[in-house]
Amino acid sequence: MAYARDLTAIRKLIASHKRWDLVFAVTGVLALMIGVLTFTALFVDMAIDGVPRLSWDFFTNFPSRRAGQAGILSAWVGSCLVMLVTAFFAVPLGVGAGLYLEEYAPKNWVTDIIEINITNLAGVPSIVYGLLALGLFVYQFGFGQSILSAGLTLALLILPVVIVATREAIRSIPIGIREGAYALGATQWQVCKDHIVPYSAAGILTGIIIGMARAIGETAPIITIGALTFIAFLPPSPVTSEPPFLNFEWLTSPFTVMPIQMFNWTSRPEAAFLQNAAAAGFVLVLMTLAMNGFAIWLRYRLRKNIKW
Amino acid sequence: MPLTASSKRLAQRRARILKERAIEAVLFLAALVSVFTTVGIVYILVKESVVFFQQVSIVRFLTDTQWTPLFDDQHFGIIVLLSGTLTSSAVALAIAIPLGTIIAIYLSEFAPFKVREIAKPFLELLGGVPTIVYGFFALLFVTPILQWFYPELPGFNLLAAGIVMGIMIIPYVSSISEDAMRAVPMSLREGSYALGATRFQTAVKVVVPAAFSGIASAYILGISRAVGETMILAVSAGMQPNLTFNPLEPAATITAFIVQVALGDLPHGSVGYQTIFAAGLTLMLFTLVCNIAGHVLRKRFREAY
Repeated sequence: MAYARDLTAIRKLIASHKRWDLVFAVTGVLALMIGVLTFTALFVDMAIDGVPRLSWDFFTNFPSRRAGQAGILSAWVGSCLVMLVTAFFAVPLGVGAGLYLEEYAPKNWVTDIIEINITNLAGVPSIVYGLLALGLFVYQFGFGQSILSAGLTLALLILPVVIVATREAIRSIPIGIREGAYALGATQWQVCKDHIVPYSAAGILTGIIIGMARAIGETAPIITIGALTFIAFLPPSPVTSEPPFLNFEWLTSPFTVMPIQMFNWTSRPEAAFLQNAAAAGFVLVLMTLAMNGFAIWLRYRLRKNIKW
Repeated sequence: MPLTASSKRLAQRRARILKERAIEAVLFLAALVSVFTTVGIVYILVKESVVFFQQVSIVRFLTDTQWTPLFDDQHFGIIVLLSGTLTSSAVALAIAIPLGTIIAIYLSEFAPFKVREIAKPFLELLGGVPTIVYGFFALLFVTPILQWFYPELPGFNLLAAGIVMGIMIIPYVSSISEDAMRAVPMSLREGSYALGATRFQTAVKVVVPAAFSGIASAYILGISRAVGETMILAVSAGMQPNLTFNPLEPAATITAFIVQVALGDLPHGSVGYQTIFAAGLTLMLFTLVCNIAGHVLRKRFREAY
């Protein structure tokens, strides 16, 4: 019976093709597992080496030549101050640029150049931003190896992230909202200020947090501008007890940040310093995980809740 | 008095238009900052490199086989640093491109909804870990494991750095590739299934070719990440210049050299100071070539639906 023979042959063929489906699905899961395993190994490795070193003193001590007494006080204070400067510049510039490109920009070659440029900047290695900052901020503008230079550098570095997030958030607002507001006589700026920005705020915030999480872990550009690795003092406090209560001397102060402190400890041969490095790394990973996790959660909620 | 009332309204209107224009101009300037950044990068790199190349000829820069800018007997052979960069990048891409592509195909064509919902944020977290932490991990976790299999492996080596770098790059490759594949219209898949193709056949012969231009840009981004990666290499591949294409050896890369110089205190304006800008310019040109190649590829393989 030729018919039956053909049928079994075809069934065999189908079965063998379906087997490939299974093989690939298993390969895919395995490939994902490599990522999961690496991440788990990294996290556990940091935790085993670092957690015993974590104590109140570790956060309140300056770096020291004796590993047991060394802490990350100047590093985390420096990181916080640098982030303050970064956010101060990156948020208004990024949101403004995103708003311009989505709501105002005419379709012409200038807009094209800006758009292509932002795409390309996202692929520029971070150390090149460090060289830009070294030549421009540190020497040309004379800001020195200061918190201001570092904050500006990181602001430029995360600008594309903030711009892209802003644009995506704005693009998801239906055109009807704008038309409704215009029909009531609102000007373009009123539409942006009262409708576009508030409605896209959560999406923009997601982008800002992801950008800041990236900035807080960046090491190379800050080393390039010449941050010192051993800082045993704090920058002048930004808030003072006398009027005008604000003090901007901290902007020009030398500083160190968490990743640089970790790098410094990693490059020492003594095992005790490597433990410090693991502890600092653990804190750093927890910080970036918390920030990225919050951003992802925010985006998830947004997608679930907003129905135009 | 109707006349003054209308002129008052006219003045208000004019002020309002002026304010609108001013705001538009301010927003335009914010958008221009990114262009200024690029101009600034090119200006600084070229300016300092020009001074450098007045003292060191380009021919020597490209052909010398030694890199000793900080010694008395100065040699400036960029090929030495480039070999480290290329070797470590090759290792990283040999891991990131196949794994990233497989993960992208799996998540886009095979994975159930739930798996995708968990895996995607997880990959994002993997890409968000600071590179200095990856460097520490490469030096103190991956290298000892590799030494277990191959005891002669030195403590600093390009292999461990490259492997960890590759894992760091996977999320970049997989997320952009997956977005490209998911953008392929459903009707193409349905057509393929209707002809009797399996999932695997549809994925490999229909979806991947249709999304190729997006996948190519994912690869290009992966390459620029690998070439520009700094801290993993500075920590775990050593800072000794070494002309080698063997990943089992330690070698400095272009980026690691810049870090090494920046950590010391070279006086502003010395030749040593200018070398890092020449090295940076080389890096920048390399990524530029990659980006242009990617652009050409995208144009050639662009499929519009």
